[in-house]
Amino acid sequence: MIAAASPEHLVLLAVFAPFAGALAIALLHRRPNLREAATIATAATLCLAVATLLGPVRGGAAPEVQLIEVAKGLVLAFKVEPLGMLFALVASSLWIVNSIYSFGYMRANAEPRQTVFYVCFAVALGSTIGLAFAKNLFTLFLFYEALTISTYPLVAHRQDAEAVRAGRIYLMLLLGTSLMLFLPAIVVTWALAGTLDFVPGGILAGKAGTVTVAVLLAAYVFGIGKAAVMPLHFWLPAAMVAPTPVSALLHAVAVVKAGVFAILKVAVLIFGLDTLVALGQSAWLTAVSGATVVVASLVALRQDNLKRRLAYSTVSQLSYVILGVAVLAPISVIGAAMHLAAHAFSKITLFFAAGSIYTAAHLTEVSQLNGIGRRMPWTMGAFAIGALGMIGVPPTAGFLGKWFILSGAMHTANWVAVAVIVVSTLLNAAYFLPIVFRAFFCAPAAGGHGAQTGEAPWPIVIALTATAVGTILMFFAPDIPHTLARLMIAR
Amino acid sequence: MNAVWPHLPALQVVIPLLGALLAALLRSGRLAFLLALAVSWIMPLIAGAMLWQVLSSGPISYHLGGWEPPWGIEYRVDLLSAFVLVLLSTVGAVIMPFAGRSVAFEVEEGRQAWFYCMYLICLTGLLGITITGDAFNAFVFLEISSLSTYVLIALGRDRRALLSAFQYLIMGTIGATFYVVGVGLLYLLTGSLNMVDIAARLGPTWTSDARAVVAALAFVTVGVSLKLALFPLHVWLPNAYAYAPSWVTAFLSATATKVAIYLLIRYFFSIFGVAIDLHALPMTEIIVALSLAAMFVASLIAVFETNLKRMLAFSSVAQIGYITLGIGLANQAGMTGGLVHVVNHALMKAALFLAVGGIFYRARSVLIDDLAGIGRKMPLTMAAFTIAGFGLVGTPGTVGFISKWYLAVGAFDKGWWILVVLIVASSLIALVYIGRVAEVAWLREPSPQLAQASDPPPSMLVPLIVLAAATVYFGIDTTWTAGIAGSAVSVLLGALR
Repeated sequence: MIAAASPEHLVLLAVFAPFAGALAIALLHRRPNLREAATIATAATLCLAVATLLGPVRGGAAPEVQLIEVAKGLVLAFKVEPLGMLFALVASSLWIVNSIYSFGYMRANAEPRQTVFYVCFAVALGSTIGLAFAKNLFTLFLFYEALTISTYPLVAHRQDAEAVRAGRIYLMLLLGTSLMLFLPAIVVTWALAGTLDFVPGGILAGKAGTVTVAVLLAAYVFGIGKAAVMPLHFWLPAAMVAPTPVSALLHAVAVVKAGVFAILKVAVLIFGLDTLVALGQSAWLTAVSGATVVVASLVALRQDNLKRRLAYSTVSQLSYVILGVAVLAPISVIGAAMHLAAHAFSKITLFFAAGSIYTAAHLTEVSQLNGIGRRMPWTMGAFAIGALGMIGVPPTAGFLGKWFILSGAMHTANWVAVAVIVVSTLLNAAYFLPIVFRAFFCAPAAGGHGAQTGEAPWPIVIALTATAVGTILMFFAPDIPHTLARLMIAR
Repeated sequence: MNAVWPHLPALQVVIPLLGALLAALLRSGRLAFLLALAVSWIMPLIAGAMLWQVLSSGPISYHLGGWEPPWGIEYRVDLLSAFVLVLLSTVGAVIMPFAGRSVAFEVEEGRQAWFYCMYLICLTGLLGITITGDAFNAFVFLEISSLSTYVLIALGRDRRALLSAFQYLIMGTIGATFYVVGVGLLYLLTGSLNMVDIAARLGPTWTSDARAVVAALAFVTVGVSLKLALFPLHVWLPNAYAYAPSWVTAFLSATATKVAIYLLIRYFFSIFGVAIDLHALPMTEIIVALSLAAMFVASLIAVFETNLKRMLAFSSVAQIGYITLGIGLANQAGMTGGLVHVVNHALMKAALFLAVGGIFYRARSVLIDDLAGIGRKMPLTMAAFTIAGFGLVGTPGTVGFISKWYLAVGAFDKGWWILVVLIVASSLIALVYIGRVAEVAWLREPSPQLAQASDPPPSMLVPLIVLAAATVYFGIDTTWTAGIAGSAVSVLLGALR
C-alpha cells in the first residue's frame, strides 16, 4: 500500500504518522503492551514511508507539498531534498531500534509515567521529520521549536530537583537562543531576500555585505542552540538526567542533529557556499567550531560520569560537522553530511551501552567499570565498536566523514582545521580507549558489582548490537549517505 | 429578512440593550443567564453579516433616526470596525456558556440576575463604541461600558473587589474626562461631532503650531490610553482583573481594552492622521517607548507575582504593549501585527483566564503555590492553559508567533533592528512566567488539598478548549485574522495625510 502511494502522499504520511501515533499511544495508556505495539507500528510506518521515498530522491526527484501560506512569505511546505532524506532515514530507522531498547529499559528500571514518555517521543520524532523535510526556514523553525517543547517533558521526566533544574536550562537555553537569535536572523533574511525558501546556491547572494553576512551567520550558528556550539553547549550535559533512551536517540541523534542539519542547510541553501567563500567567512567559523571540538574533548577527558563524558563527546563531534561547513570546500561539506549519519550510529551505540550497564549493574561512573566487559561482553563489544567509530578508525563509518572533511581542509589549505582534526582524534582516543581497556583488561574491584547477573534484558542487547553492526556496515556500504550527500552539493 | 437587513447596525446595539432591560426585570439568575446566552449568540450573526456586507460592498453608513450626518448620529461600519465587532461578539458568544456555573459559584445568589443585566449593558457599550461614527456618542457608550464594568468587578466575592472597582472608577472617570475634554476641543475647532466630518474640517486649519489641535490630540490620547491600560496608565488593571469574578476577567481582558485600542486607532488614523501630519509630532517615539516599557516592566512584575490572576493581568499590560507598539510603528507590517494581536491576545488571554476560572471552580485558589500538580488532576484545563501560554511566548504554530512576526518585520522595515531583538527578548520573559506555572502544575506531586479536583464540567471545559484550539488554528490559517487586519491597515494608512 505504501509502495503504491505517490511521493507527495508519502511525505505527508512521514510527517504526520508520528503525530497520529502519539494520539494512539495516549489513548492506549491503560494497555501497556498495545501501547508499545502502537509505538513500533508508528516507527515502522514512518521508516517504511521514508525508505520508499529514497528511490525517487536518489533518482533526482524532489517531491514537495505545500500546505498553507500562514502569512506573506511564511509558507508551511515540505520538500524532500537529499540531505533531509539522509537525516530522516537515519532518525526513522534508529527510532525502531531505539523503541525496542526503550521497552527493555523503561520496564527493567520500572520508570514512572511511561505513556507520557512514549507520546513525547513520537511527537519529537514527528517534529524531527518535519524539520528534515522543511522546504523553507519557516517550516524548519516551526518544527525546531516543536522539537524543543516536546523533548522538555522527557528531560524533566524524573521530576526531582535535578531533573527540574535541567529542564529549565534546557528550555531556556534552546528556546532562548532560538527566539533571541534564530528568529531575528530569519526576519532579517526575509527582509533582505524576500523569500525563505531553501534554494541551491543560496538566496542571499549579492544582497548583503560582509558584515551583515557575518552577523547573520553568527546569529544562525549560535541561535541554532541545538548544535551546541560552545559556549551555548551546556544544555546538553544537563539533559543527561533524562532516561537513557532519550539521551540515545534524542540527545545523540534527533535533537542535536537537527541543530547541525539546520546549520548545514542555512550555510549551503540560504547563504550559498560561493557567497560565504567570496565574503571570507571561513576563518571565524573554523575558529569557533574548532575551539568547540578541542575544548569539549578536553572537558570530556575529565568526566567520570559515563553519560556526561558521552555528552561532551557529542558536543565535540557536532562541531566536526560545522567544521566541515566552515572549511567551505564541497568535499568537506559532503564529509559533514556523512559524519552526521555516521556519528548517529556510533553515538547511539555508546549510549545504549551506557544504559545497558546502568540497567544490569546500576553503574554510572567510568571508574566503576573495571572488568565489566567480562560480564557484559555484548554490551562492551558494541561500546568498543562505537568508540572506534568516534575516533574514526576504519572499518567504522566514523572514518569516512573525517576523511572527507580532512581532504577538504587540505585542499583549501585550512591548516587550523587540519590541526583540529588531528588533535581531536588523539583526544577522542584518550577518553574512549581507557574505558574499553578498563572493561576488558582490569580486574573487577573486590566486593564490587561482581558477576551475579550477566547482560541487560534482551531488547537492550539486540538494539545495541544492531547499531554496532550498522556502524561497521556503513563503512563497507557507504553508498546511500555518500550519494545523498553528493546530490546535495550537485544541485 | 429584507426589513431587518438595513437595520443591522442599530440591532447590534439595541438587542443587548433591550436584553439588559429584560434581565433587570428577571429575578432568577438562571433565566437571566439563558437570556444573556441567547443575546450573546445572536451578536456574532449580526456582526458577521455586516462584515460580509462590508467585504462585498464597502462601508455601511447608518443614520440613526433618519437624521443626516453630520447633524444626526451616524453608525459607521468599515472594515476595521466590522473586524472588531466580529471579535467582540464572537469571543462573547464562545465564553458565555462558561458563565453559567462559574458565576453561580462566584456571585451571590440574589445578585446573579443583576450580574447578567450589567454584562449586557457592558456589551452594549463596547459594541456601541465600535460601531458609532460620532465622537460624543462614543463617549456615552464609553461611560455605559465603564459604569457597568465597575459593577461587574465589585460583584467579586473577595472584599478587595470593592476597592479595586473603586480604584478603577476613579481612574476610569479621569480617563473619560480627558476624553470628553478632547472631544470638546475638537467641537470648538470644527463645530462638528461626526468623526468623518471632524477630519474633513480639521484639515484646512492645520498648521504646525496649531496648539489647540495638538491639545485635543493629547487629551484624547491620554483619556483613551487610560482605558486601554497603556503603561504607565495601567495601575487600575491588575487589581481589577485579579479580584473580579473569573468570568468577568476573561470577558474584560478579551474585549474592554481591545475596544479602547480600537478607539485610539480610530482617532489616530481616521481623524487626526487624515487631517494633520502626525509625523510632525513625536508620536511614534512616545508610543514605542511606552510600549517597550510595558513589555518589559509589566512582564518582569508578572514573573514575581504569586497570584495567578494578577500574573496574567500584568501579562495583559505587557501584551497591550505589543499592540500599541504596532500602532506606534505605523507601517503596513507593524500595524498589521498590532491589529492582529488585538484578536490573538483576546483569544489567548480569554483561554488563560477561563482556565484560571476553571481552576478556581475546582481548587478554590489561584495562588500558584497552591496549584502543585494540578496538571495531573485537571489535565485538559492545564493543557489548554499551557497551549495558550506558549501562544504568549510566541512559539511558531500559535497566534502569538504571527503577531510577533509582523511586528518584527515592521520594526526591521523601519530600520530599527534593535527593536526586533527587544520584541523577542520580552517574549522570553513570558516564557519564564508561563514556564514557572507549567512547572508547578505538571512536575510536582499533587498536594492533598487538590485530591478531589478534576476537570470542570463540559459547559466550562468546551469554551476553554475551543479558545485554546483557536490559538493554534489561527496561528496557522490567518486568512480571517492577519488577512483582514492587513486590508484594514492598508485602508487606514492609505488615508493618512
